[in-house]
Amino acid sequence: MTKIECVLRPAKLENVKEALNEYGVHGMTVTQVIGCGLQKGRTEVYRGTEYSINLLPKIKVEMVIPDKKVSEVIKIISDAARTGEIGDGKIFTYKIDNAIRIRTGETGDEAI
Amino acid sequence: MKNRFLQIFTLFFTFMMTIPALAWADDAAQAAATIDTGDTSWVLIATALVMLMTLPGLALFYGGLARKKNVLSTIMYSFFAMVLISLQWSLWGYSLSFGPDINHLIGSLDWFGLKNVGFDPNPDYAATIPHQAFMIFQMMFAIITPALISGAFAERMRFPAFVAFLLLWATFVYDPMAHWIWGVDGWLRNLGALDFAGGTVVHILSGVSGLVACLVLGKRKGYGSEPMIPHNLPYVILGAALLWFGWFGFNAGSALGANGLAASAFVVTHLATAAAALSWVAAEWLHHGKPTTLGAASGAVAGLVAITPASGFVEPMSAILIGLIGGVVCYFMVSVVKSKFHYDDALDAFGIHGIGGTWGAIATGLFATKAVNPAGGDGLFYGNPEQLVNQLIAVAVTWGVAIVGTYVILKVINVFSKLRATDEEQDIGLDFTQHGEDAYTDLVSGSTLTTFATVPAVKATASVVKPAL
Repeated sequence: MTKIECVLRPAKLENVKEALNEYGVHGMTVTQVIGCGLQKGRTEVYRGTEYSINLLPKIKVEMVIPDKKVSEVIKIISDAARTGEIGDGKIFTYKIDNAIRIRTGETGDEAI
Repeated sequence: MKNRFLQIFTLFFTFMMTIPALAWADDAAQAAATIDTGDTSWVLIATALVMLMTLPGLALFYGGLARKKNVLSTIMYSFFAMVLISLQWSLWGYSLSFGPDINHLIGSLDWFGLKNVGFDPNPDYAATIPHQAFMIFQMMFAIITPALISGAFAERMRFPAFVAFLLLWATFVYDPMAHWIWGVDGWLRNLGALDFAGGTVVHILSGVSGLVACLVLGKRKGYGSEPMIPHNLPYVILGAALLWFGWFGFNAGSALGANGLAASAFVVTHLATAAAALSWVAAEWLHHGKPTTLGAASGAVAGLVAITPASGFVEPMSAILIGLIGGVVCYFMVSVVKSKFHYDDALDAFGIHGIGGTWGAIATGLFATKAVNPAGGDGLFYGNPEQLVNQLIAVAVTWGVAIVGTYVILKVINVFSKLRATDEEQDIGLDFTQHGEDAYTDLVSGSTLTTFATVPAVKATASVVKPAL
């Protein structure tokens, strides 16, 4: 099992979610996050004082999937989230030891 | 003998006392017959109440309905309506609307800059309050009308284009229309169309203009595919409640005096609002299975809109009927018709104000009775079908003016300044792209630029922060 964690533009969340749903990945956890990377921050002005806000709002999506689907899921996410501009985000993958469905006690691939 | 002397003395004394009074009688009669302190204080209070409807009432109502990234830009539409129309009105707006008539079409500029608008009452409009009190009361109506339209194009109209739209629309659409309906010798007023507090001028005009504006600007990016749900319902409820509260000034204040008519308008306003909130929630409950708070708030506003033109002409039980029907009609427009025709009236300016206002204007032609207001008229249900015809003419004219005026103004502005925020700007949100601010800065990390701008490295980052989120 592999955990996929990706950081995306907020505006791309719907695209990604739909594409994954179509492919058959239904479970995911979504978090509103802020962060920085290559993309610069932005300037906001409050009563004449400018602030450089360097952490930008992003969306983090996490899901655990069977190993055989990993490359396909990565492609689906990349295609759905890409604009070609700096700030499209990143995808990280992790190996997962086990997964347990609390209700039934199922483990492994059956639990996800 | 002594008694007789006393009588003569008393008579003489009384006579002597009246001489100066007679000499002043001319002035005194004018002042006493004209400015009434009760009327004046009520109209001034009502003016402040109507001000409250726009800020913060409407601003919060619309702001809560918008998404988190657009709440400030939505509030700013209402705020700038207050700022700019206050000035426009005092410079030329009031004169165009209420100034001396030219060909029944427009007021002259004789009152430009409030010239000739002083303390003395203007008996043509309100004989018992200072002319300036009448002027500022009407100003609040001129302010809220374009602010209402902003609900239709919220979340996508660029701010510079909005500023231009505000001034042009107020001058070329609102002011002439107000003159036709309310100005002395305005042609719709002469025709006998009844509009007590502004159902046509304020609500139909703004609602239909909103429909035109949302069609010209096009749908928001992602409309129909992304969820676009209100970001803060308690704001919406708070805004709706302030609208309800302020509306007593709007309708009862339109009696322009502290009198029975004002009390009657106050009562019918309240009853129609409660009835419409009830019928909207009931319709929604039957249709979707849940009675929602947003439904209660929207229904209340629909009821307020519907009763507005009728508020000085109908009896309490008629008001309940007007409200009940108004709530259901507006609910139907917003939940069924809108989704059927796929126009993006973002915050339902047309569905509630355009449709509720139209229903109210027609209802006035049905339920009006001279028993409430001898200066008004009888409606269809009181044996005068002609009143209904007059109402329909006023409705049709208002729709026409709103459609043509708004369309032309938007097309003209579009030549000089883009109306619509780009897709990218809409993704980021208008709060940041138009105003450089964030409404909810819960977790901020960054640095001040201007105060510590001596550090060149920090300044350098400032120049490259055009966001590409």
